[in-house]
Amino acid sequence: MTGWLDAHLVSMVDGVAYGLLLFTLAVGLSLVFGMMDVLNLAHGTLYLAGAYTAYALSDGSWLGLLVALLVGLLVGLAGGGLLAAAVAPLQGRGHLDQAALTLGIALIAAEVMAMFFGAEVLPTAPPGSLARSVSVLDHSYPLYRLVFIAVAGVLAVLVYLAFERSSVGALVRATVADRDMVRAMGVDTRKVLFGVFAFGAVLATVGGVLGAPIIAPGPGIDDRVLVLSLVVIVIGGLGSVRGALLGALLIGQVQTLGVALTPAFAPFLLFGAMLLVLVLRPQGLSSLGRA
Amino acid sequence: MSTDAGLRSRGRRLPLRTAVLVAVVTVLLLLVPWVFGAFTVMTFTRALVFAVLAMSVNLLTGVAGMPTLGQAAYFGVGAYTGALVGIHWSELGVVQLALATLAGVVAAVLTGPLAIRGRGVAFLMITLAIGEIGYTAAGRLDSVTGGTDGMSGIPPVVVTPGGSGLVNEGLIYYYVLVVAAVSYAAVAVLLRSPFGLTLRGLRDNESRLRSVGYRTDSYALAAYVYAGGLAALAGSLWASSQRFVAPGDLGFEISALALLAVIVGGVGSMWGACLGALLVVFTRDYLGQQLSGHAPLLLGILFVLTVYLLPQGVAGGRAQWRRLFPKDHGGDPGTVTPT
Repeated sequence: MTGWLDAHLVSMVDGVAYGLLLFTLAVGLSLVFGMMDVLNLAHGTLYLAGAYTAYALSDGSWLGLLVALLVGLLVGLAGGGLLAAAVAPLQGRGHLDQAALTLGIALIAAEVMAMFFGAEVLPTAPPGSLARSVSVLDHSYPLYRLVFIAVAGVLAVLVYLAFERSSVGALVRATVADRDMVRAMGVDTRKVLFGVFAFGAVLATVGGVLGAPIIAPGPGIDDRVLVLSLVVIVIGGLGSVRGALLGALLIGQVQTLGVALTPAFAPFLLFGAMLLVLVLRPQGLSSLGRA
Repeated sequence: MSTDAGLRSRGRRLPLRTAVLVAVVTVLLLLVPWVFGAFTVMTFTRALVFAVLAMSVNLLTGVAGMPTLGQAAYFGVGAYTGALVGIHWSELGVVQLALATLAGVVAAVLTGPLAIRGRGVAFLMITLAIGEIGYTAAGRLDSVTGGTDGMSGIPPVVVTPGGSGLVNEGLIYYYVLVVAAVSYAAVAVLLRSPFGLTLRGLRDNESRLRSVGYRTDSYALAAYVYAGGLAALAGSLWASSQRFVAPGDLGFEISALALLAVIVGGVGSMWGACLGALLVVFTRDYLGQQLSGHAPLLLGILFVLTVYLLPQGVAGGRAQWRRLFPKDHGGDPGTVTPT
């Protein structure tokens, strides 16, 4: 057992890093879907915008990363605000129109970004003092990923606590559960919706800034992270932070440990896992009981 | 939804106008190889194949209310079956179409029970998973599909026993046009049958349908199987017209474009789905090439504009067109041509 654990430790730690990165993406997607019934297919674009920000601004120094984070934050706020405003007129028109609109926006944004950054995948270096490997239980492991796990882990805990334990979080959860009832109690739910959209977008772009050294920006990355986060929220259950965390960590392991264990079935694992969960439990692992 | 109800009532009120419209469209489609060059004719051929796939997607998405992202998997089953039959057994088009459709039906019967466990977004995601698994399998089953290199060497399709193969792009276009027209008629007949009405009931209020005694899951599965067979038929047309099949032909992009074609055309309307397919294929292959490969940008603009300006799609009734062009009171959506 210890031998097995030792052999796959690197994969498992990779899976945690990957899973936490997916969580920063999926949580916004999940909450926006849960609250507004909006399937935001431009969510992967926000990650890509954040990752390109990191590529353009980070120069290997801490200051560069800080500037990239701040700019990423602003990009997320602007992007989230724009997307929320774009889908606002579509209230009550069903998922298909929203999907077509956000996919259209994602296609346009992807072309615009490709015009600026070219068609290559752009490897992004972490700050110089983190760009080395350390020894973990006799395994060499990139330091940046460990720091990323710590930072993203803290972020995940903060999001979870804010969502589950604060009064603002209660308001958000109530809006997910029954928007009309919250409105009837005198709350302007549009502000809540706008806030959650912007918050989710900021998480995605900040995830992009921090995740650029792990999943480097390039054309097609927006689709890839979008599909991964869709799988995560479907597995975890829509509209739930806990579900997004559970799904993200599970998919992180499936994508790293699972691939290491069964290389022959590697390409089938991601969607096989999603199919299995959906068929056994169509409402997701941790849903709020909504259809 | 009011879309197809409006269309049907208009169809009853103005049968002459509908007949004239059908005749005009038929003549226009028949004229295509005489008017346009080889590249445009081949684009029309691809658009017609895509229109059959879009009808299959629309049968599930628009009629039965089950949005799908997995129809490319059955399209691929049909394409590979048609190609294999053509290479190893018979170059006769009818045989290829029949066996490809049968293969699609079998694939849908086997996978449908999984898919119909969910509705709405869950159904969408299950079909997405089926589509992605199909795409991955096509790339890895080297011995059957030729793997990621694709399958080439498909012989030209033969229409009558003993005839010669169709290599001229105009003749291939006519072959695809005839099969597409027959599929359109088959779907139209289905939609006018009690079964078609029940599928609409499934979309509008499944629990009420169940409470009056319908086995809604059986209807959902039947729709899924019918759509799977139709998608496979389109796949066989694809193999015959392109004479090359690769895993990319059953990728996510194809499923997504088919779904978007349905949305652009007008969810629930079959001729809307065909028009949407024409719009999407011409935007991607024709305009995209004119503008040096910025096809995704053009598609994105098309989707955004459609959603804002034509909320019910191109086929969505005259009111929204009138709002767009206030002076043009005679604006009939049927006269809008895709090019």
